[in-house]
Amino acid sequence: MTNATFRIWRGDAKGGEARDYVTDVTEGMVVLDAVHQIQAESAPDLAARWNCKAGKCGSCSAEINGAPRLMCMTRLEELPLDEPVTIQPMKAFPSIRDLVSDVSWNFAVKKRIKKFTPRPPDAADGTWRMAQVDVDRVQEFRKCIECFLCQDVCHVLREHSKHDEFIGPRFLVYAAALEMHPLDVADRLGDLKDDMGIGYCNITKCCTKVCPENITITDNAIIPLKERVVDRFYDPVHALVRLFKR
Amino acid sequence: MSLDLQTFEHDVLVIGAGGAGLRAAIEAASTGVRVGLLCKSLLGKAHTVMAEGGVAASLANVDDRDNWRVHFSDTMRGGQYLNNPRMAELHAQEAPARVRELEAWGALFDRTHDGRILQRNFGGHRYPRLAHVGDRTGLEMIRTLQDHGIHAGIDVHMECTVLELLKDGERVTGVLAYDREHGRFRVHRARAIVLATGGIGRAYKITSNSWEYTGDGQGLAYRAGADLMDMEFVQFHPTGMVWPPSVRGILVTEGVRGEGGVLKNKEGRRFMFDDIPDNYKNQTADNEEEGWRYTQGDKEARRPPELLTRDHVARCINREVKAGRGSPHGGVFLDIAWIKEKLPNSVEHIKKKLPSMYHQFHQLAGLDITTTPMEVGPTTHYMMGGIRVEADTQMSRVPGLFAAGECAAGLHGANRLGGNSLSDLLVFGKRAGEHAAKFAKQQKGGSIDEAHVETSVKRALEPFERPTSGGENPYAVQHDLQEMMQDLVGIVRTEEEMRKALEGLAKLEDRARRVHVDGNREFNPGWHTALDLENLLTVSRAIAMSAIERKESRGAHFREDFQAKSDAFSKFNHVVRRGSDGSMQLAREPLPPQSDEHKQIIAEMK
Repeated sequence: MTNATFRIWRGDAKGGEARDYVTDVTEGMVVLDAVHQIQAESAPDLAARWNCKAGKCGSCSAEINGAPRLMCMTRLEELPLDEPVTIQPMKAFPSIRDLVSDVSWNFAVKKRIKKFTPRPPDAADGTWRMAQVDVDRVQEFRKCIECFLCQDVCHVLREHSKHDEFIGPRFLVYAAALEMHPLDVADRLGDLKDDMGIGYCNITKCCTKVCPENITITDNAIIPLKERVVDRFYDPVHALVRLFKR
Repeated sequence: MSLDLQTFEHDVLVIGAGGAGLRAAIEAASTGVRVGLLCKSLLGKAHTVMAEGGVAASLANVDDRDNWRVHFSDTMRGGQYLNNPRMAELHAQEAPARVRELEAWGALFDRTHDGRILQRNFGGHRYPRLAHVGDRTGLEMIRTLQDHGIHAGIDVHMECTVLELLKDGERVTGVLAYDREHGRFRVHRARAIVLATGGIGRAYKITSNSWEYTGDGQGLAYRAGADLMDMEFVQFHPTGMVWPPSVRGILVTEGVRGEGGVLKNKEGRRFMFDDIPDNYKNQTADNEEEGWRYTQGDKEARRPPELLTRDHVARCINREVKAGRGSPHGGVFLDIAWIKEKLPNSVEHIKKKLPSMYHQFHQLAGLDITTTPMEVGPTTHYMMGGIRVEADTQMSRVPGLFAAGECAAGLHGANRLGGNSLSDLLVFGKRAGEHAAKFAKQQKGGSIDEAHVETSVKRALEPFERPTSGGENPYAVQHDLQEMMQDLVGIVRTEEEMRKALEGLAKLEDRARRVHVDGNREFNPGWHTALDLENLLTVSRAIAMSAIERKESRGAHFREDFQAKSDAFSKFNHVVRRGSDGSMQLAREPLPPQSDEHKQIIAEMK
């Protein structure tokens, strides 16, 4: 049996430090297993969130060797174990304790987005008819497990802290799922432009790269939304007309 | 109050934010009462998210022979007739409306060719009945309820754990809880309380359940004077992952078998054909070709034996492994890759139908399910037993205390059919919310038992005050409990082993009283683990006691020393309650009577 060193950030909003823990490594282990072993063996009060341990709930987000990932889906075999594995909480959010960060901002943002509003039912029994192909487009976005790794890596939030002006990739995906929902008739384009800061996204695709569900966030959700906003508010023909009228 | 406690006021307080809790909260809020919702994790992370296969409802979109009567009779047969027939009736009748309602709230199920909700085959269901979204139906459901619920005016308190139910005389008037972030105690006052806390999987070593499933609702209700029923019936899902060790127990959806996946032992034999129970013989295919046709929608074909009920499949797998015919890591093979013999585009087909299974095995086991068979074995999955409730209202014996979803008992009897859990939580979550709101409107606010609060707070803090030397590690106590329950009260049970388990439980209860924790109260998982032990030990004892007394094999409960089903045991449910001396008492309660219509349906569809 081999062992490995895990350099885990311990602390709270007031500050903290990385501490080293050594634990055994067995075949197939993921980072979350190591955290659990360390809790049971040497750091019983090490704070970490987790639930399903199968990449389906999005609770155990962290930065592993600097990369935003789910701890439950990161196998130790893919990491170099001859040097310490660093585990840090998500940096784009305030610290609560150890690996747990305060993600409550995300829940507040979601509430601001206009809720699903269906068209009247298609059939007399109150049901709708939808084609699978139309459903497929939106199901990609509805795969989102709300791990908030895309929010963590988005530099508009992470480096520029525009949390008050920009809702971040997760909620642009959420808005896209509503806007492209075959039944939805609400209009969110004005909100996206004015209150939700869609213009801040400059399409660096960092969010797409870290998505554990492989949602094509930028290409399939954000860019189409940007196009709709541009079509509505910055149509070049209209702009041209405005120019000549001066 | 002498303690400095935060206090919150609600009319209805819902504990748990999985499907049942969210549905209850939405329903209660729609009646205009003030609703509070407490959950141990963040919103949207509860175990409902793990449900894969689908939600059972006789929409009859794929096979127009389906209706509530067939669904009712399938549910009763699956539960070996220990089910509460009124609950099974309500469930079968109301599930279709509950599923359609989700669509009106934004859920996007897979579609039929004519644009309606698609339904798939599942174990024990006579017709294709499960509305689904690939193999992530649970995520779709919880997200739909969550996103609908956040606009319903519900007062949500995330990452809070309830320690005790508080009563004024007979009825519940609130709860004592703590927030995980700061470890501060708080009181939530309420006129009615809905428990929707889910299962007990953490009492076992191999489980598909997360840390949350420590039997909280069952333990809280038991201490408050409610009955726990059918606690001997723990569902071991036949197909959990077995390799590598760190993923042991993670669920592999029954949908794999619904899509044509087959079970084989190491000799390559489809062993499920070897043992088909008599009461399923005329519904089950007797050759491989017919089984395949069934999975592809041939209405003339009967279902393959892989889709027999979960209790039976789990035992067959267990038998193969014990007989030395298992896979290298102590399971059997589940093969979906073989369908390439039948379908030209099988790789794409599998990825489309079972995307999260493909992903899960690819990432966690380094295995491609489109080319290679999986290794699977039984995993602790679901608790059929739980809080005994009145069928129509979901109220327990304690006035004002309701329960819905997995923590309640009655619908599933001795064994739950796959897909009936998601429909259970919708149907009875709604009913619990509706009746809790109604009850709340009829009550004046009661008083809070301050002495109970004070002793409970003091007890919760004791683990910090005990000396380190001689103190027990909470993780070690939990681990030893899980090992013991797995070994002695697992899939195959004997009186001798379960007696040993009762002795072991006494020792573990003693150790739990000596648990010591380090650190402070802020987000301290060691402390949380220590506090969870009491409920885990309560449900473990209830399981062992109930299982010892059921001297027969029925549904999920299999006794090596009593392998046959017994008529004498077909007439009552086991009920566990707290005696006046504080000890656990077991009683037999006659089954709720079947109406003439129930009897007629069951006879017709035998």
